[in-house]
Parts: sequence; C-alpha cells; structure tokens
Amino acid sequence: MPDPHPPAARRTPLAEVHEGLGATMTDFAGWLMPLRYGSETAEHKAVRSAAGLFDLSHMGEISVTGPGAAAALDYALVGEASAIRPGRARYTMICAPDGGVIDDLIVYRLAADEYMIVSNASNYVTVAAELADRAAGGDVTVDDQSERYALIAIQGPASAGILATLTATDLAQVRYYASYPSVVAGVSALLARTGYTGEDGFEIFIDPADATTLWPALAEAGRASGLIPAGLAARDSLRLEAGMPLYGNELSRGVTPYDAGLGRVVKLDKPADFVGKAALAARAEAPPDRVLVGIGGKSRRVPRHGYPVLWDGVPCGEITSGIPSPTLGRPIAMAYVAAAVADAGAAADGRLAVDIRGSAEPAELVPLPFYRRPAG
Amino acid sequence: MSVPEELYYTAEHEWLSIADDEATARVGITDFAQRALGDVVYVTAPAPGTRVTAGEPCGEVESTKSVSDIYSPADGEVTEVNPEVDDDPGLVNSDPYGAGWLFKIQIDSGELPPGLLSAAEYTAMTEEQDEQ
Repeated sequence: MPDPHPPAARRTPLAEVHEGLGATMTDFAGWLMPLRYGSETAEHKAVRSAAGLFDLSHMGEISVTGPGAAAALDYALVGEASAIRPGRARYTMICAPDGGVIDDLIVYRLAADEYMIVSNASNYVTVAAELADRAAGGDVTVDDQSERYALIAIQGPASAGILATLTATDLAQVRYYASYPSVVAGVSALLARTGYTGEDGFEIFIDPADATTLWPALAEAGRASGLIPAGLAARDSLRLEAGMPLYGNELSRGVTPYDAGLGRVVKLDKPADFVGKAALAARAEAPPDRVLVGIGGKSRRVPRHGYPVLWDGVPCGEITSGIPSPTLGRPIAMAYVAAAVADAGAAADGRLAVDIRGSAEPAELVPLPFYRRPAG
Repeated sequence: MSVPEELYYTAEHEWLSIADDEATARVGITDFAQRALGDVVYVTAPAPGTRVTAGEPCGEVESTKSVSDIYSPADGEVTEVNPEVDDDPGLVNSDPYGAGWLFKIQIDSGELPPGLLSAAEYTAMTEEQDEQ
C-alpha cells in the first residue's frame, strides 16, 4: 500500500491546505504533493465539466533576461524564442547535442529582453544549469527563480467565469498561450492562459507568500460553479486524454522530439545555430524506426507503463503511459511501437494486443489526441 | 476508518465474514485498502470452482493508478463471485464491506483459518502502518 508520509519531501506553500482537505499526499520529484483529495475520477470529470484547482508550485521557473536573451535562447532551445511576441508563450524543448530531450518547457516572453522558462519539477535544476552554460559569454543573465514563485492553476470550461469575479483584467484579452500581469483577489499575479489538461484554463504565477490567500479565494469563488481541488492523479489522466507527453514517460534523453511526434517544436529553419541541430536535422530526414502512438484497450484491464505491445503475439513496442479514461470510458495508453505497426491503422484489428501482466489483451490504434475540448 | 467488529481481517487488508456453519466465508478488501487504492476500475476475482491457498494471490484489484493482488485468506474453493462488482467496480470504494464484497469461499477444514486478525488487532496494525 502507498506510504502516506514520505520522508523529507519539500513542501509547497499550500501543503497544509491540502493536508487540511484530507488529500492523499505523495512524493513527486522530491515534493510532497496532493495525489488526490477524494476520488481522482471525480476530480478529472470536474475539470472536463466545470473546473479544477491545482497546486503546481513544484514546477521550476527560470528567468533569462538581458539584451542577449533572445539570441541565447535561440541557441539553447530547439524553438525560435526570438520570434515569440512579448506577452505570448510557446511550448518547446531543450535538447542535448545528440537530439535527446532534456526537458519540455513553456517559454513565456514577458518583454523584449525578458523571458520566463517553466520547466518540470524533476528537471529544472538541470535545465537552469544547461541554460546558464549555453548562454555563457552573452549579454544575458540566467537565474533559477523557482523559489520566488508559487503556481496555482484553474482549468476547465468554467475557469474564465470564475477568475473574472476576482480580477479587473479583461480575460478576453488574455488569449490562449498569452501571459498578462494582473491582480487576482488582491494578489499580484502573472496570468498565463496555458495548461496541461486540454481544457481552457489559467496558470497563475504568484509570490509564495500569497498562495494561502489566492487558493481559498479561488476555491470560494468557484464553489457554486462546481470548482473542486484536483491532484496529480487527475492531472495525469487529463493530460493523457489530451495526448500530451509526460517527461519520464513519453519524453526522455533517449528520444528526440520527432520520435514523440513533436517535430513541430524543432525550428530547423531558424537562422541561428542551436544545440542538437545537426542531429535533429539528420533525424528529421531519416525514416523513424519507432513512433509514438495512441492505443485503446478493448478489454477493461489497463495497459501500464512498461507493458509490451504485441503484434501477432510478438513484442513490437512498449507502453509509456496508460490509464482508464474517465471521458472515453475505456483504457487508453500511449506507446512507442515499430513504425510499420504505427502505420497499420485499421489493419491492427485482431493483431494488436498489450501484454497485461502475462495476458495478451486486445487493443487498437487510436489517433492522438484521444480528447479535444468542444469548440466555442 | 471503518473496521466492523464482527468481521475478521488479514494482514493483506482483506476481510472475511464467516457464515454460521463456519465452512463458508465472504471475502472483500477493507476500507483502508480501498482508500489507498483510489477509484477501483476493475476486479479480477477467482472464478467459481477455483482452488485457493491461504496467503497466495488469487486475483487483482485494479484502480486508476495501480493494481494490487488479492490474497486468499484461507485454503478452499471459490463458490461464488459478486456479479455487481463486475458491473460497478466503484462498489468496492463506496461499500467495501457490503455491496462491494468480492467472492465466497468454501473453507477446507471447516474451521477458522489460523492467523486471522480481530477488528482491534487489524486497527492496531493499520495505525502502526500510518505512523511509519
């Protein structure tokens, strides 16, 4: 049974709030985080139908500032940071010289010479060091500012309506993947219309001292609309339905963005040279030998990380993530499989299976993402 | 944490309800177990007619995030599986001692299996685990 009190994990400013709500806590990347407050299925469904409130204070925030910031990031990252307009953000990656993914990131351009990089909790120390290394010699300062931020996310179709009651900012002006300095519930905040759930929502960057003011204000403002706190279990099932990768599962040093179907983040045509360019250019030209695909289970047992994918009973790949999907009502998973299998389409019927703890359970290929939020 | 007095328990977080003739028992998992597992999505219970051995895995409870073995609390033969749980695995969470029962065993010896815990002993064991 899971250990309810992992030793020596770091606490976010909201740890006592989660404990007071009776959350099951877990150690995630060395942080004591809420796994779920009650039913993770209910939390997942709340985000799809109303809204969920997430503590994401474990994430890393790295500032990259100065006249040389844009050029430094064009070199350090696979994307074109210099092309991001101030007030906008882009999803991108930082890769090793061999093209392997070090982390997936969101880059926010706050001003012409001011960027904020949000990095996974498990990686931000490494990322900050790499960025500093790659920026050396430029007119740029790289600073790990993770201690200076708490991060609260509100995600779900009711998010904008709930947040609007707490801020004078016209949220219609904060478009998808835009950021905006604001005041929310009297607290100075950077609003970002970004998220990891596939729903509309906001990630709100604040001073850690203000977290215990903002969280209850949002919880109260959203109560009548069905807003509930949501933990890491729901966060994972939501992102998987939305076809989003998780570093450590779909992304790692051993894969390139192209392997994960995310070649779009690599701007091979940008004027700047960048770390990993030669390897990634070669990879972009070569036919892939393995491809990330979506898999739907045809029985009720759930494919899990590491389980073999079978073609005519023979292993052809491996599951990276799997969950029972609350929205689709069936098990869903992502897997790296041989390119020939990935191309099979409907021909996979009757031939594709997942080895679930010794039993070959039938499965089918499902195009990613499994879920897209309704338009409008 | 619910630990009904009249039931017997195992160290693996199963409960047994012994019938009057002491030869058959209903088996399920405890409130402690269902809380630790989270939302149950599927139960693989041993089929009727299966021989089971005390302390040996005989099935699985699958939740959103994990899978746990069900250990047979006694030597015997499975006589019945709860069809309601197959339709609605959430019963294991909402009513682990009642509608969420998993299967019934005909116990071999006709006696109480050795090593079962009383409600008080099981409660003490879970409290020790919580403190670790």
